[in-house]
Amino acid sequence: MTTWMLRRLIQAAFVMLVMTVIVFIGVNVIGDPVEILISPEADQAERARAVAALGLDKPLWEQYWRFLSGALQGDLGRSFVFNEPALKLIAQRMPATLELAITAVLLSVIIGIPLGLYAGLKPNSIGGRIIMGGSILGFSLPTFWVGLMLIMVFAVQLGWLPSTGRGPTRELFGVHWSFLTWDGLRHMALPALNLALGNIALVLRLTRAGVRENLPMDYVKFARAKGISPNRVVFVHVLKNILIPIVTVVGLEIGGLIAFAVVTESVFAWPGMGKLIIDSINVLDRPVIVAYLMMIVLLFVVINLIVDLLYTVLDPRVRLETKE
Amino acid sequence: MSATSQEAAPMPPKQETPFRRFISEYSESPVAVVSFIVVVLIVAIALLAPWISPQDPYDLAQLDIMDGRQPPGSRSMETGLFFWLGTDDQGRDMLSGIMYGLRISLGVGVGSAVIACIIGSALGLIAAFAGGKVDTGIMRLVDLQLSFPAILVALMILAFLGKGVMNVMLALVIVEWARFARTARSAALVEARREYMEAAKCLALPQWRLVFRHMLPNCMPPIIVIFTILVARSITLEATLSFLGLGVPITEPSLGLLIANGYQYMLSGKYWISFYPGIALLVTIMAINLVGDQMRDVLNPRLKR
Amino acid sequence: MSELTLDVQGLSTHFLTRGGVVKAVEDISFSVPRGRVLGLVGESGSGKSVTGFSVIGLVDPPGQIVRGKILFQGRDLTKLDERELRDLRGNRIAMIFQDPMMTLNPVLRIDTQMIETVLAHEKVPREAARQRARDALGMVGIPSPDERLVSYPHQFSGGMRQRVAIAIALLHRPDLIIADEPTTALDVTIQAQILAEVQKLAREVGTALIWITHDLSVIAGLADDIAVMYAGRIVESGSVSEVLDRPMHPYTHGLIGSVPSRNARGTRLRQIPGMTPSMLNLGPGCAFRARCARADAACAADPQQSTPVAGRTLRCFHPQLEVTA
Repeated sequence: MTTWMLRRLIQAAFVMLVMTVIVFIGVNVIGDPVEILISPEADQAERARAVAALGLDKPLWEQYWRFLSGALQGDLGRSFVFNEPALKLIAQRMPATLELAITAVLLSVIIGIPLGLYAGLKPNSIGGRIIMGGSILGFSLPTFWVGLMLIMVFAVQLGWLPSTGRGPTRELFGVHWSFLTWDGLRHMALPALNLALGNIALVLRLTRAGVRENLPMDYVKFARAKGISPNRVVFVHVLKNILIPIVTVVGLEIGGLIAFAVVTESVFAWPGMGKLIIDSINVLDRPVIVAYLMMIVLLFVVINLIVDLLYTVLDPRVRLETKE
Repeated sequence: MSATSQEAAPMPPKQETPFRRFISEYSESPVAVVSFIVVVLIVAIALLAPWISPQDPYDLAQLDIMDGRQPPGSRSMETGLFFWLGTDDQGRDMLSGIMYGLRISLGVGVGSAVIACIIGSALGLIAAFAGGKVDTGIMRLVDLQLSFPAILVALMILAFLGKGVMNVMLALVIVEWARFARTARSAALVEARREYMEAAKCLALPQWRLVFRHMLPNCMPPIIVIFTILVARSITLEATLSFLGLGVPITEPSLGLLIANGYQYMLSGKYWISFYPGIALLVTIMAINLVGDQMRDVLNPRLKR
Repeated sequence: MSELTLDVQGLSTHFLTRGGVVKAVEDISFSVPRGRVLGLVGESGSGKSVTGFSVIGLVDPPGQIVRGKILFQGRDLTKLDERELRDLRGNRIAMIFQDPMMTLNPVLRIDTQMIETVLAHEKVPREAARQRARDALGMVGIPSPDERLVSYPHQFSGGMRQRVAIAIALLHRPDLIIADEPTTALDVTIQAQILAEVQKLAREVGTALIWITHDLSVIAGLADDIAVMYAGRIVESGSVSEVLDRPMHPYTHGLIGSVPSRNARGTRLRQIPGMTPSMLNLGPGCAFRARCARADAACAADPQQSTPVAGRTLRCFHPQLEVTA
């Protein structure tokens, strides 16, 4: 188990290292930092001074080394726009994004699993067919367009929910959260649903496939032969078996949701790090872009690690193998 | 007994080519046939836009700011042009805008998918055929690439390169090549075990001929299916990027950019500026996806009896 | 004669598929007295398992019981609703399945799977249910049951898993156990152990047992009575000693002839020519006639069930009455 963990950690560190190289090359080789970092009105002497100050006259490997050691100390430069450390900006916006992504995960499980169970238990019913048809829409509709339609219907036409923004927040553990106030929840409803849509379809299909696959199995028939209630057969015996692949996939999708929050946050003007990165790209605020990219890669690596761990906890068969 | 039964056996239909069988099996689903017709129509509209659109939406001389934000079904005060789908903030006919937008959306989507298909399939075949370190190297790269969501990779590339049609296409190619590589590789590995490959090897044909003349044609079905699905995904991704303001420039508006332009007016009830380009985008994506689904069902050897 | 635990009369179970009707079980009758073991023998696909599932009311759609009575202690099970059947399942009637690797839920602990069975039928405290589960494991010869209770199925060998399944079946001391080829997937030595234990338990508890198998040698050592199934029908039945020593139906004859141990070393095994007929849209007439050396024109009609000797039944126009084996 420990060697397995160690190997996974080394792998994760390696991926992070590769990403720093890619981001460094992207910013410093493909893009021209001098042009972006130094005001165009600067004269020759000022430019030279700035280049020296930024270390751009040094060889590339030395620049990379500076970048890497800075990154390790949590220093990824200062935002030109906000004149604050880029990492601090990202950290400030992160709770809003995480809150949105986690709500979306919860929604996809809460909505997706029951619908998938229904469609799996009654595959030929009208309801089951409608659910499956709808899930195709959930996969192929562009997120941003669905977001617009949600705003149009629920905010503009019906006026039930606020269209944009985060609403009032309340502080918990020194961080501001929306889900602690009723109005905050109302603000979160549409963006979270929008972000969850693709995942609802995914969870639904996985659940249905799992039910179809597990129902004919002997263990289900044996459970029924024991005389336990049909509800217990479905919700304990079958669901526990299906849950393993679902948890794995949903876990792996959290990273995707955080990345995709870029779109939802832009549509709903949700002040998370996704909106920050889009704004930063538009004004070429490179340090923030770099900080965002490094941050999100870190999130990805951490999430993948956690999902792997969770998987071993959930599936007793895997657990045994890793123990031995 | 055997003689009579042989005579009685029906003659095989005259031209039972794989292509004909594909067509007849594909046509079993009416939805798929309708989707195919829709795709053909959309491609025709995109190709013929300059000749069939009511207005050239980018010829500023034809626009009149007085016609701005007219609802669908109104008429231009100046030219008398009828606006079926209304106008945008600059008095542009939305129907014409959508036709031209389709041109760019389809162009970028199909173009990037073709390039990604060529690069990805070639790398996949090389990986399958070379094996060893080359295979491991290429597939590691594919795995790394696919472990990050497409939107993030595209975002990263556009953050480095800035916006523009070419950069968007480059980003889409980088996002998509890995899927082609994976598909081509697994198809090639299946094919490599077939007898005809053994036969070709025995004839001591040159390796490039083996790969490209013998193996590639047999790997095509799964690649075609993934191509269709990835065209739809490219169009979606391009629209998303353009909506975010990171995609195509304002001078070459795709459907995504049209939708973004209308976004600000939607809250004031002028829905049509965003809504109709959205519908066009939707129909395009759904139709291509449905065609792809049916092709997968027909071409999937596992579903064959 | 002791009272009948199970009395099946004219049972037919059909599968209404898109391709036609599969008469998996057609007009079969048999009974099992208390404390006795009935061996249900036949090739795969002969309807043995469907018979077992019909009794316990677990025939999966598109299958359904179309005719007949299943009298369990005098109650007709075909007339009961799902709720009443559930009260009997795992409680008065238990079932053991063929493949022990597949019958236990892989992601639930053994104690969970045992305790839920106890609690499904009796309102007892959890601790008492646990105690019952532990006793049942001890009864089927599983060492250190406390430790085993908190294990997962994959931590057991195949034989151990089947013991657990048997322990689950025994939890409520059922009046009837249906065992569907429970030892075919196991090693021969483990098979013998389990057979001996089940036999002992049946005697002690007074449970009636239906033992479904294709293996005549198992039946010879275990069962009191035997029913031979072919293509959905019981072609011959009677006490084990009678039927195995003096088979009358040509099919039973063939079955006995193809058991290796009954042949002298070096001689060729006898086999029944031909293959089991497709059950889909099976026409009238004796289903075995295509493979039967004695078949003639008469066999194109359905043979009726006869009683050639007291305590035996037979469906054949040309029974083999003299001993040839």
